Amino acid sequence: MALNASARLGVAMFAPALLYIAALVGLPLALAFIYSVGDVRVGSVGYHFVGLDNFRSVLQSPTFRRSLANSFVFTVSTQVIVIVCANLLALALRDRFRGRGLVRFLVLLPWVAPISLGAIGWKWIFDSIYSVVNWGLVHLHLVKPFDAPMWLGEPRLAMASVILVHAWRMLPFSTVILLAGLTSIPKDIPESASVDGAGFWRSYFEIILPMMRPIINVAILFGVIFTFTDMTVVYILTRGGPYDTTQVLPSLAFFTGILGSDLAEGAAISVFLVPILAVIAVLMLRVAHRAEVV
Amino acid sequence: MAVVETRKLTKIFTQGELGAVNEVDLLVREGEFLVFLGPSGSGKTTLLRMIAGLEEPTHGEVLIGGREVTRLPPRDRGIAMVFQSYALYPHLSVRKNIAFPLKAQKVPREKHAAKVEWASSLLGIGHLLDRRPRELSGGERQRVALARAIVREPQVFLLDEPLSNLDAKLRASAREELSRFHKRVGTTTIYVTHDQVEAMAMGERVAVLAQGVVRQIGSPREVYDEPADTFVATFLGSPPMNLMEAGDVIAGFRPEHLLPAKMVPGPAVPLRLRISNVEYLGAERIVYGLLRGGRFDGQRVIARIPATVPAPFALDEVHDLAVAEAELKYFDRASGKRTGRREFAWR
Repeated sequence: MALNASARLGVAMFAPALLYIAALVGLPLALAFIYSVGDVRVGSVGYHFVGLDNFRSVLQSPTFRRSLANSFVFTVSTQVIVIVCANLLALALRDRFRGRGLVRFLVLLPWVAPISLGAIGWKWIFDSIYSVVNWGLVHLHLVKPFDAPMWLGEPRLAMASVILVHAWRMLPFSTVILLAGLTSIPKDIPESASVDGAGFWRSYFEIILPMMRPIINVAILFGVIFTFTDMTVVYILTRGGPYDTTQVLPSLAFFTGILGSDLAEGAAISVFLVPILAVIAVLMLRVAHRAEVV
Repeated sequence: MAVVETRKLTKIFTQGELGAVNEVDLLVREGEFLVFLGPSGSGKTTLLRMIAGLEEPTHGEVLIGGREVTRLPPRDRGIAMVFQSYALYPHLSVRKNIAFPLKAQKVPREKHAAKVEWASSLLGIGHLLDRRPRELSGGERQRVALARAIVREPQVFLLDEPLSNLDAKLRASAREELSRFHKRVGTTTIYVTHDQVEAMAMGERVAVLAQGVVRQIGSPREVYDEPADTFVATFLGSPPMNLMEAGDVIAGFRPEHLLPAKMVPGPAVPLRLRISNVEYLGAERIVYGLLRGGRFDGQRVIARIPATVPAPFALDEVHDLAVAEAELKYFDRASGKRTGRREFAWR
């Protein structure tokens, strides 16, 4: 092979990135596919091809179906909360005011802080005995001291808590994206709308928001993918409980494959995520693209 | 249609500094086409934005149609504005762009189609109604912006450098079109520009601004031929007026009045010139030179010689030129203000 010096240099510069992706993304993905059609368990030797047996067994499990539904509830609710709040925050942070820099920093904090620390903080906030929320509610005489809500112990409340904490964590990211979108709209356009007779609401819903649609789609696309594949908040706050009511696909895959030592079935669960995410990604990219060419 | 008036209108952006607009008293007449002309930073756009309600005055008042509107939001002022960037709504079709003010002003829906039809045919853009702004050329966008402004028949039109994004050729025809458009609709119009050609060509009156102050307001002829001060005299006209200082008087004359001595009838001031540069522009020549002899030896002056003058002008030649005394303007040296005829020591 006759490679000239600059081509060789190119290959050399490119190789680390390729190696990195192959080792940390490509290899695990390939392994997941291979495991999902085999009978591997933690500690087992040898590999037998079992076809789609794992998928069949997973699909028959009520826990899996519940987790799949939970994943959608978790993702959609989080994104709705995040997009609404991020729009409000972006509007508030666009205009200059005293202390804007500090507020921007504080808004970014949940994203910058390690999520495990943040989630542990929330675990204490929602603790069944020491919950500061309950302390506040009791002192406001909204609930009785021995009848306080079990934030992480009751199915609906647990799901709500998990959604709330994940929304708290995702909010800064979406806010930054939407703020960039908002500031990229030339000042003339809302001014022109106000001269044309539009008040704040009309100007916001008929001019600003439609103009931000492509960038909102980008924020949703990333948000959905980050949420659908994430298990940190669920793992730390509820471990999927009570009775798997907050179990999502990534956490179920982890509990089954790693803690339950059934690598093959865990792999089958996580492989389920691939087509779902692929469809979401294609849909969102198409929407984003369409909004752009108009 | 309405009269627009400003009273002691002032905008100070940074406390303690000179304002962007300082105590401007202005009366725009009914149906008039008034141009704000000034260099960048002269406050012309800020003044317009205060009239529009997009900028809050530090103090002073704005009246439109005799009604005090200083504290009213833009939408309650009965105005329409065309921005330099046109500010078309990119996600809406031309039709919806033009209909937006109707919708926002709660004009009954059944009247929209007829009004959009009327405005778009007035500007000859009926065939573009289903396009998006990004599919239009610069000239078409400008017309859509105008149609959007005219559609709800505002009392006052505000135009902020609407031609500056067009190329030179298009600008000349758009200028003429805008003038005709104004004559047809007869709406009071305030037009901001830094381009003196636009100002002279379109304005019924021109307000010349500098440092947030109206230096002079008058017909194009008045501001050009009877400038109120040395700023107006040198800002208008290209090349600018030649100014000579002697004692406490400044005398000025336009380059087109500096002609070969034989061609200047009546009493005239002779000036001998050594030519340092000639620009041949086809219809005319711009002749740069240094005066020879006398009190103003070495001073740079500019002459504008029409193509109808056959005399050849070549580099380093010395020519005898002259200015008719009737064409001389006199200014007070200390204030820069125009004065009547003064004794001036040419020798």
